[in-house]
Amino acid sequence: MLTLLFLGRLEDVAGEESVALDMAAPATLAEIAERLKPELAVAICAPEVRVALNGELVEQAALRAANGNELAFLPPVSGG
Amino acid sequence: MRTVRLAFEAFDPHEELRRFSQGREEAGGIVSFTGQVRAEAGDPVEALELRHFGPLTLPGMENLAMRAEARWPLLGVLVIHRVGVMVPGDPIVLVACAARHRRDSFQAADFLMDHLKSKAWFWKREKTADGWAWIEPRSVDHEDLSRWADVP
Repeated sequence: MLTLLFLGRLEDVAGEESVALDMAAPATLAEIAERLKPELAVAICAPEVRVALNGELVEQAALRAANGNELAFLPPVSGG
Repeated sequence: MRTVRLAFEAFDPHEELRRFSQGREEAGGIVSFTGQVRAEAGDPVEALELRHFGPLTLPGMENLAMRAEARWPLLGVLVIHRVGVMVPGDPIVLVACAARHRRDSFQAADFLMDHLKSKAWFWKREKTADGWAWIEPRSVDHEDLSRWADVP
């Protein structure tokens, strides 16, 4: 399964901390977003949201992820 | 000496500082900053929660401490940051910098705090009578950062 993690306010949009998708072939961010409810799809594709693939930051446009991967969606931080 | 860690439970800044100062006799000055959950008159905030992202948060804090060490001649750096649920008065963050001369300690501690507030991977939410709500970034935090544009 492909695990999606939602940090900060994205957790409220998702309604949960994580979602597991069956994604057999490597998918782009747009393809992953299509599988989610519309407001969550819009929220994770926002330009200010950073994405970490298996714990490493990646560019949204270059992103490909499939089963066995973890994608974390990181909205702007709100400080310490 | 560099100590950077996340605290998953309450910590005692005084005890941490006492330990940090030990064996640091060559330091002419140790500057420390303790951030705590603020209570304001009439404040409806009952609790504050800080979340982090394991793979990035601590490595980012360590990298920040290394930048401070590369920029100022420090004899020691201490960074402790809470995660989890806190109430007003609880310590959130402790930063301490030891150096031969005080100005380096002041500047390094200031640099560390400005970056922890605006760049470190933490998300904060507050609990009021209406429930939990995430706190959005403040532009003043990013203005604070611009003070350090010359630090590689």
